[in-house]
Amino acid sequence: MKDNRIKSKKATNRLETIISLIILSIGVIIISIPLLWMVSSSLKGKNAVNTFPPQWIPREPLKVQVEGRNCYMYEIPINGTVRQMALYKKEGPTGTFVNPEDPTERYELPVGDGKRITQIKLHWENFSLALQAAPFGRYALNTLLIVVFGTLGTLLSCTIVAYGFARFRAPGLNWLFLILLATVMLPPQVTLIPTFIIFSRIHWYDTLYPLIIPTFFANAWDVFMLRQFFMSLPRELDEAAIIDGCSYWCILWKIIVPQSFPALATVTIFSMLYAWNDFYEPLIYLQSPRHWTLALGLQGFNALYTKQGHLLMAASLMMALPPIITFFLAQRIFIQGVVVSGIKG
Amino acid sequence: MFKQLSLRRRESLWGYVFISPWIIGFIVFTAGPMLASMILSLTHYNIAEPPTFVGLANYVKLFTQDQKFWHALRVTMTFAFVAIPLNLAFGFIVAYLLNMKVPGVAFWRTIYYLPSVMPGVATALLWGLLFNPRVGVLNWILSLVGIKGPGWLASPQWALPALILMSLWGVGGGMIIYLAGLQGIPTSLYEAAQIDGANRLQQLLKITLPLMSPVIFYNLVTGIIGTFQYFTDAYVLTGGGPVDATLFYNLYLYKQAFTYRNMGYASALAWVLFLIVLAFTLLVFRSSDLWVYYEGEMRS
Repeated sequence: MKDNRIKSKKATNRLETIISLIILSIGVIIISIPLLWMVSSSLKGKNAVNTFPPQWIPREPLKVQVEGRNCYMYEIPINGTVRQMALYKKEGPTGTFVNPEDPTERYELPVGDGKRITQIKLHWENFSLALQAAPFGRYALNTLLIVVFGTLGTLLSCTIVAYGFARFRAPGLNWLFLILLATVMLPPQVTLIPTFIIFSRIHWYDTLYPLIIPTFFANAWDVFMLRQFFMSLPRELDEAAIIDGCSYWCILWKIIVPQSFPALATVTIFSMLYAWNDFYEPLIYLQSPRHWTLALGLQGFNALYTKQGHLLMAASLMMALPPIITFFLAQRIFIQGVVVSGIKG
Repeated sequence: MFKQLSLRRRESLWGYVFISPWIIGFIVFTAGPMLASMILSLTHYNIAEPPTFVGLANYVKLFTQDQKFWHALRVTMTFAFVAIPLNLAFGFIVAYLLNMKVPGVAFWRTIYYLPSVMPGVATALLWGLLFNPRVGVLNWILSLVGIKGPGWLASPQWALPALILMSLWGVGGGMIIYLAGLQGIPTSLYEAAQIDGANRLQQLLKITLPLMSPVIFYNLVTGIIGTFQYFTDAYVLTGGGPVDATLFYNLYLYKQAFTYRNMGYASALAWVLFLIVLAFTLLVFRSSDLWVYYEGEMRS
């Protein structure tokens, strides 16, 4: 009796797992379709992007040279056997089919009986074509400047500020921390317009400064996360260091930071990702194309090359690859970061 | 005694020194601009000429004359009321299934989360192709089951549903957070329930959902805040059109500020946005007493 129940429980568990797997697979297919379409489109020829029904694997008609003329290859039944022949000439419904290896072998056959031979053709040159079509090198350089200095600013300022909040007692500090947390709720639009006016006044409009300098003044998310992490570190080491004559500043860099690499890695990855992907702030502050970031460049490219989906997708894929690769390489850090800011936040 | 006090003082002083980057940043980039934008919202200001004080005229115009303001609010709310619940539900379902001890959790999680790391512009452009009424993949799939697909982004009726559909692609973002929450629920609770004869549905309703309610709450709040920030997809794909069908609040604010240079009016829009988000968040927080379950409360 008991044995049976365990067996049936196992069976239901297996059934549940199978049903879960089926539903999850359907979801994965739905999620993957756009990604596959992006990859597939980026490898297509100019005409293949706008065909209906859509081609998933880029194929193109096979062509051969027969007596200096470009001919489509056909599969066509000749005397009962299907053979591969080149269509040399077409007059109404009938065409002249030629054996490409032996051009003297010719047949007059109805074209409708044959089927065009297609082959897989991947247009890898789309990537270099897209790169040449717009100054993506310049955009990438601007983006990298923002990514590198923005991340540096975030790391530096948030580490210092988080240390202050984690390890010091001072009147009003808890209050200030609450204010810091409250700024998370503040929509950036509320401060956007005066900030924009200030940056314009000091002639920083259309420069990278408005996107970099504010990162040196800490932000609530990262300070919060780092503070939580610092607070979980034992204080004994700090105290021992003080006895050894280490200053607060030296404790931060010699004791706290070396123990905090996981948290700092999370901050690094998310601030890099944010700077790389951001569209809103560059749109507001950067006007001339030579200052554009990749996000702006891609949007500008879209405006110029609307009909050229293959180049557009090649450019998009190139911009999406660094975040995707980083995600694959640093998955644990990513997921921990989301979870830490989500659950404990 | 004195030495003690001075040590303490020194500690406080250093504390302020370390947090000073944030204090300066807060004054320069948050508190100052907040005050300034409140004052600007009482003016007409186009940057070229000095601002002129107009009292509450911007707010009066906004609420009584500006049809576009109400329209933008309606668009944003519609999106919020449809897209947020759908995202919450799908994210939860995927996380729940992943938590059923399926093999290869890491693989599934990776794929579902992947869209969330993509650049917004690249995602938008990709969906622009998928939504193409003539040769797009979406209408091809619909044609396979015999449905003639709509014009999506080109159609005033279908542009907003298209963007909602597109937002579901990012379902992995919430899923990751749910999954971590689900993994934190002690298995002993389920085992105890099984001994008492509770079936899967009862376990879901009586254990999983109550214990997950803080996480659902968190996703709901961030979802509301996010909807009022919604910008890139609409800007890139529709520019607010066709016929303002996707004129999101943030997009309208952007146009007022940076296309028409109505900085005073845009500041008023920003403050109204702030108050709406605040009201919604407070409402959700208030209602959370009714449905969010915190484990700590059991003990108190």
